[in-house]
Amino acid sequence: MIDLGPHETFILFAYLGVALVTFGLIGMVAIDARRQKARLAALEAMGVRRRSTGKGPKP
Amino acid sequence: MSAFTALLVRELKLATRASGDVLTLILFFVMVGTITPFAIGPDKVLLARLAPGIIWIAAFLASLLAMDRLFRADHEDGSLLAMRHAALSMEAITLAKLIAHWLTTAVPLIIATPLMAVMLNMDMTIFWRTIVSLALGTPALTAFGAVGAAVTVSLRRGGLIAPVLIMPLSIPILIFGVSAINANAGPGAEMAAMLFLGGISLVATAFVPFAAALALKLTQE
Amino acid sequence: MSLDTAKPMNWFDRLAHPGQFLIWSRRLIWPLAIITVLLFALGLWYAFFNSPEDYQMGDTVRIMYIHVPNAWLSQFCYVLMAMSAIGTLVWRHPMADVSMKAAAPLGAAFTAMALYTGALWGRPTWGTYWEWDGRMTSTLILLLMYLGLIALWRAFDDQLRAAKLIAVLTLVGAINIPVIKFSVDWWNTLHQPASVFRAGGPSMPPSIYIPLFVMTFAFTFLFLTLHLVSMRSEVLRRRVRTLERKQASGAAK
Repeated sequence: MIDLGPHETFILFAYLGVALVTFGLIGMVAIDARRQKARLAALEAMGVRRRSTGKGPKP
Repeated sequence: MSAFTALLVRELKLATRASGDVLTLILFFVMVGTITPFAIGPDKVLLARLAPGIIWIAAFLASLLAMDRLFRADHEDGSLLAMRHAALSMEAITLAKLIAHWLTTAVPLIIATPLMAVMLNMDMTIFWRTIVSLALGTPALTAFGAVGAAVTVSLRRGGLIAPVLIMPLSIPILIFGVSAINANAGPGAEMAAMLFLGGISLVATAFVPFAAALALKLTQE
Repeated sequence: MSLDTAKPMNWFDRLAHPGQFLIWSRRLIWPLAIITVLLFALGLWYAFFNSPEDYQMGDTVRIMYIHVPNAWLSQFCYVLMAMSAIGTLVWRHPMADVSMKAAAPLGAAFTAMALYTGALWGRPTWGTYWEWDGRMTSTLILLLMYLGLIALWRAFDDQLRAAKLIAVLTLVGAINIPVIKFSVDWWNTLHQPASVFRAGGPSMPPSIYIPLFVMTFAFTFLFLTLHLVSMRSEVLRRRVRTLERKQASGAAK
């Protein structure tokens, strides 16, 4: 690892914190997207349909 | 009597009829000033230094408490819907309500300020600045509170979330309000803060009726 | 007169119709994500391996490479929300409120990160984690506004009515953005005045502003990707709600 100078800890904590929140955000958005798709699929499997869907293609 | 004046009188009558409301407000205001010495210790010098801030915090919290009754009662019994079809525009109605609300909330607080100043051992030479800063700043507090109240009027427990929405907007008022009393900066800093405060209040009072009226109309759609 | 009276969709309709939005947005996700990853890789390489330490700040300039993008993005996100709010109120654009709702948590996260990295940058460089100066105070106010808006979305049952009311509040709060932007010029405290977007061009050497720009683009593309996916989830979420409601009323028959 390159030498980051006397304030290494601050730099490390800054990047670690941002990485944590960034990956957390990506995770939450991805999980939410997956959950909505699953719920929609479950409802469609049960036969509940929107008026406009009919036998249309799924997005 | 013009429609505007009639509405103003109605609001004033309603607010003072339930006079327990105004008394509760003043009590709350004074109580905040009473408990702070218990919380931070009775050191008179410290209290004197913090007095402007404490008075402003108390005024701020009290006005948050009162915000709910600006629109909620009229919304719930349908008066707001009826007012919408009145000869007066919704913006004018909101302005009348704002003025009445300020008269029945902020003015009693300002009257109770001497009591607070004595309890907090405020330096009496700057006391008059406290009155002026409250008089200049509370219209802005009322105005921003009205936006929060108008947006949350249809929520059953909206009274809890409205303060959270109003607070970020009101922070500058608090900053300038306390600066206007005791800035600890160069000379003339208090005057500058007073002017800012007055400016914010004027702009807020001018624009908020439009925002609040829009929110009320959208609520009734 | 033709029997087929449905007019063909132009580009604007494709933007506005939720179903159409889902179709075309799907093709954008992976390209955006890949660009984001590439930009981050490039930016981080520049930040750590191709950028000398600043003569004044030392190695802590590397914190600036993530602090400034986050701070800028926190404001950009609110501006996007404000424009979406105008779209909701003035044009009743169907996707505008979806955009507004999806942006709020992202904006809150970027603002929080800006404050966090700012504190860690401030301590070694200027000796303090926090200072109640104009920019930090107004950025904190921005964070509180984001969180308040998120709370408000959750307080309403009817999301469509909530959208218009929240749009009004978003626009009222938009006054804070110019305050943040100009606070460093109005009050002379900890933050330095504008040094990037000035009339004469950046006042920093390329070794510093290149990593800065790359990282800013990286974070911006991250935001765009996450925003797009969030908007899609919101559209799906509303469909799910409608269907569940339909199912519940159907079962009651």
